[in-house]
Amino acid sequence: MILKGRSIVYGDVEGYAVKCEHPVVILGDIDEREGTACGKPIYGKIFVFPRGAGSTVGSYTLYGLRFYGKAPLALILEEAETIVAAGAIISKIPTVDKIDISKIREGDYIRIRGDTVEIISEHPHS
Amino acid sequence: MKAYAINLEVRDVYLTAEEENILQGEHGEGLKMMMEILVKIGEIYKADRLIPISSAQISGVSYNTIGEHGLHFLKSLQGLKVKVLTTLNPLAFDENHLEELKVEDELFEKQMEIIRAYMNMGIRPTATCTPYYFDNIPKLGEHIAWAESSAVIYANSIIGARTNREGAVSALAAALIGKTPNYGLHLDEERKATHLIELSFEPNEEDFPLLGLWVGKNIKGIPYLRLHGSEDDFKLMGAAMAASGSIAMYHVENFTPEYREAIGDKIERIVVDRKDIEDYRSEEDVELVAIGCPHASPSELRRIAEYLKGKKKRKDKELWVFVARSVKERNENYVRIIEDFGGKVMVDTCVVVSNAGKIFKKIGTTSGKAAFYLSKKKFGGAKVKVTDLYTLLRSVIE
Repeated sequence: MILKGRSIVYGDVEGYAVKCEHPVVILGDIDEREGTACGKPIYGKIFVFPRGAGSTVGSYTLYGLRFYGKAPLALILEEAETIVAAGAIISKIPTVDKIDISKIREGDYIRIRGDTVEIISEHPHS
Repeated sequence: MKAYAINLEVRDVYLTAEEENILQGEHGEGLKMMMEILVKIGEIYKADRLIPISSAQISGVSYNTIGEHGLHFLKSLQGLKVKVLTTLNPLAFDENHLEELKVEDELFEKQMEIIRAYMNMGIRPTATCTPYYFDNIPKLGEHIAWAESSAVIYANSIIGARTNREGAVSALAAALIGKTPNYGLHLDEERKATHLIELSFEPNEEDFPLLGLWVGKNIKGIPYLRLHGSEDDFKLMGAAMAASGSIAMYHVENFTPEYREAIGDKIERIVVDRKDIEDYRSEEDVELVAIGCPHASPSELRRIAEYLKGKKKRKDKELWVFVARSVKERNENYVRIIEDFGGKVMVDTCVVVSNAGKIFKKIGTTSGKAAFYLSKKKFGGAKVKVTDLYTLLRSVIE
């Protein structure tokens, strides 16, 4: 399946999806030293969530993921707002938004190229 | 077209030749990244172009929140200079009160490194959430890029300056470029009221911050309120709205500068009863009375001093008043009265971003915003009582 969105930070990467169903409080729900979000590992994965929420300082938390070597491969969102967009740019994390994330399940193997998200293989258990 | 690290091929934001050059990296990698941030945010919110700003206010100052990685990022921008007057949010301590605030050496050193990094960019180390009293005073209709939510709502509503709710990084980008994308609250039509709010009761001073918490929680948009109060009342109401919700502007009939043009065809009417705001009230016997979230105004400082003059503080309670350095320096006589009473007047920090919430378990304040944050685990999880200034002051008098 191919989904078309809007590229916030260009990237050409592929990997497994990790998903949070709810808006993610960037400064709070993400542990930048551990590379986890909402208790799940996002390091080296494609992190899928609807949108960011909370403190205006959240952009630095995304930068922290890069700084501590724990960044996800990419972000896929429904809507990137100011905090996530600025954070993704300064941490150079490929990011695409305007994606219907209900089409993506945790464990799916995904390729992102610019504004295009391709679900290459669905998670066998889903 | 060149291939950018960031995909800007589909773009509706018009850029001047100079802006385009910055985006191409002709003025270095740092500025290029800052321009990418502004252009991308402009694209997300459908801005037509970038517009010049007259000032910026930067959040992301306390080492407790931005950490080692935030400091690393700020250092990576060294060499860049802000293009407009830029002021800074509060930090983790007042250096004259390190012991009371339980500041350890590492926090002190790292915090100072952050301040130096900002100063090297030409940013003024004002360290206040109320730059609008003396340090950074925007005018009606001016475009600015501010990141402190209580200052954003004050500037838009009470002053009539124009800013979106910027993030720490987007405000810094705006300061370094001197521009911001033209969308949202920069546009006349986006500043109209969405909700008409009327009260079924006459509010007392202590009701304003509680009303703010209720409105922030229940309303998304720009409220238009029919009620009477002082500038300090509305400042506390607005800060609470901005903390409990995402509100960046409100209108008050016969008070704020743009109320006459605020009501359009589409508006939802809401009546607030006293019982609606009662949920936010609590009766606690407090250990600390903290005034100044946002930092106290010159008139609040005067009222506190006049009330406490010649009185003595109870030994089992503390009174801490947080103000901008610029407000303290202009009011040393009032500061002395409060200190003679046994209270402390602190600058550069506040009850939320210092360790105060971890030191005291029961805190009384005039601030709905402080109550919102202090009651959260991350800030210490204190029990917080929100009430009016004089009730709080009476509780600390011997």
